[in-house]
Amino acid sequence: MTEVVELQDIWVSYGDVTVLEAVDLIIQDKDFLGIIGPNGGGKSTLLKVILGLITPDRGIVKLLGDNPVKTRKHVGYVPQYASFNLNFPISVWEVVLMGRMNTVGSLRRYGKKDHDAAQEALKKVKMLEYKDRQISELSGGQRQRVFIARSLVTDPKLLILDEPATGVDFVMQKEFYELLRELKQHISIIMVSHDISAISVYVDKVACLNRKLHYHNSKELSPEDLDASYGCPVEMLAHGMPHRVLKLH
Amino acid sequence: MIEILQYDFMRNALLTAILASIACGIIGVYVVVKKIVSISGGISHASFGGVGLGYFLGINPLYGLIPFSLFSALVMGLVSKRSKMSEDTATGILWSLGMAIGIIFINLTPGYAPDLMTYLFGNILTVSTSDLHVMLALDALIVVIVYAFYKEFMAMCFDEEFASVIGVAVERMYLLLLCLIALTIVLLIKVVGIILIIALLTMPATLSAHYTHNLRNMMYLSIFFGAFFSIMGLSLSYLLDIPSGATIILVMAGVYIIHFIYDGLTKKVHA
Ligand SMILES: Nc1ncnc2c1ncn2[C@@H]1O[C@H](COP(=O)(O)OP(=O)(O)OP(=O)(O)O)[C@@H](O)[C@H]1O
Ligand SMILES: [Mg+2]
Repeated sequence: MTEVVELQDIWVSYGDVTVLEAVDLIIQDKDFLGIIGPNGGGKSTLLKVILGLITPDRGIVKLLGDNPVKTRKHVGYVPQYASFNLNFPISVWEVVLMGRMNTVGSLRRYGKKDHDAAQEALKKVKMLEYKDRQISELSGGQRQRVFIARSLVTDPKLLILDEPATGVDFVMQKEFYELLRELKQHISIIMVSHDISAISVYVDKVACLNRKLHYHNSKELSPEDLDASYGCPVEMLAHGMPHRVLKLH
Repeated sequence: MIEILQYDFMRNALLTAILASIACGIIGVYVVVKKIVSISGGISHASFGGVGLGYFLGINPLYGLIPFSLFSALVMGLVSKRSKMSEDTATGILWSLGMAIGIIFINLTPGYAPDLMTYLFGNILTVSTSDLHVMLALDALIVVIVYAFYKEFMAMCFDEEFASVIGVAVERMYLLLLCLIALTIVLLIKVVGIILIIALLTMPATLSAHYTHNLRNMMYLSIFFGAFFSIMGLSLSYLLDIPSGATIILVMAGVYIIHFIYDGLTKKVHA
């Protein structure tokens, strides 16, 4: 069986600065991996490497068993900062339909199946009533919900979520995490988040990234891992967690 | 007014205005929403090299123009996407380079270059029937390509990163769009000329953005505005015996400015 994601000895640098160092990572089918780490730790960079948006200086990237450029259309991606053109005349509905382009080829128009999928996704993020709004006329959190819907509609084998809940209110956040819990029955999910409590409640495995990736294919991270990544007393992180990510010692 | 339609050149001029408006309306919308006005200006000016090449080879300058403008579009696109040079700088350099090549070619051509001013400032009355055939073919090509890749262009213009994840070959689509801009420039050149093209490409699209937020409707409306203003400009230039290209641009700019002021005034009243 092929792995969903397979990274081998990945190195990435911007100029002289090394951002990812010797990263190995394997994601299996139906894994739900949470990635934590300090700002600038390289989390977004790692996700872009998996998607083939950044080519590493060294190392092997396989997504769904092949070159990510070929296979990434089977991934639902919610970027940390969507690079969209705010002035573009486009409605919420059209943005979500865009997520169906991986199944609808050139020359072909969207059909009933695509419209149904878009409708359902918008319902899930409670944005259906805004479907005719211009994307530029939404609030930040509403826009984030639309981008979440756009990733869901792709019928993905893997969801890559870069701080997807940023700007989303807590009611919707909870529903979104519950939705992920449902989705993980069928697909794999990678989620970057600074929300330690969400990570500890919802994800199955945790990795910590600060240039180097600390990951033991489990939900456990050793105090040394966290210390090395955050460079601060680990107790601060462990404190108040519903389920401890930190291994008891 | 009606009797002037009896003249072939006038009928051709009207057809030209309509054919030009179709390409201009569709592609102008992309130029405006994707904010690639300056790179389009660059392609337009650089294509002067193609006019020079046409004169030098003794062929219809339109046939020098087509390959040359396509070539400059591709070079500009590739340089701005792949090299470290900023798009702005690349545009500026190629802009002048193309014009310089054109000037040298024209200088090397023995004798006198007829209609040179036409290519610089446009003269819709000089459009021949064979020019019209070229324009018709280019229009058809543009419409077919945009129809075929409507979704891809839309995704690429809205969000390049997401488009590439979902499977759109973004760089190729961008280069294709620049090529369509090049062909549109060829179509527009006899109407307003290299120097004035950018106004014709952007004003109808900008105006239509005030009335609709739907990309497709924006295109239809821009085609209408383009055709309406160029026919109005054309008639005015005939009546007053002034240059047609410049008149078309002035009519458009006039309407645009009035619209702008009116818009500003009514907004104040509401506030
Ligand atoms: N385009 C770029 N050019 C140069 N350096 C960059 C670029 N993008 C990111 N970096 C650097 O790479 C490092 C990792 O960035 P990245 O965005 O992957 O961090 P992150 O873990 O996602 O951080 P955050 O938690 O703030 O989202 C940072 O030190 C950043 O300064
Ligand atoms: Mg990040």
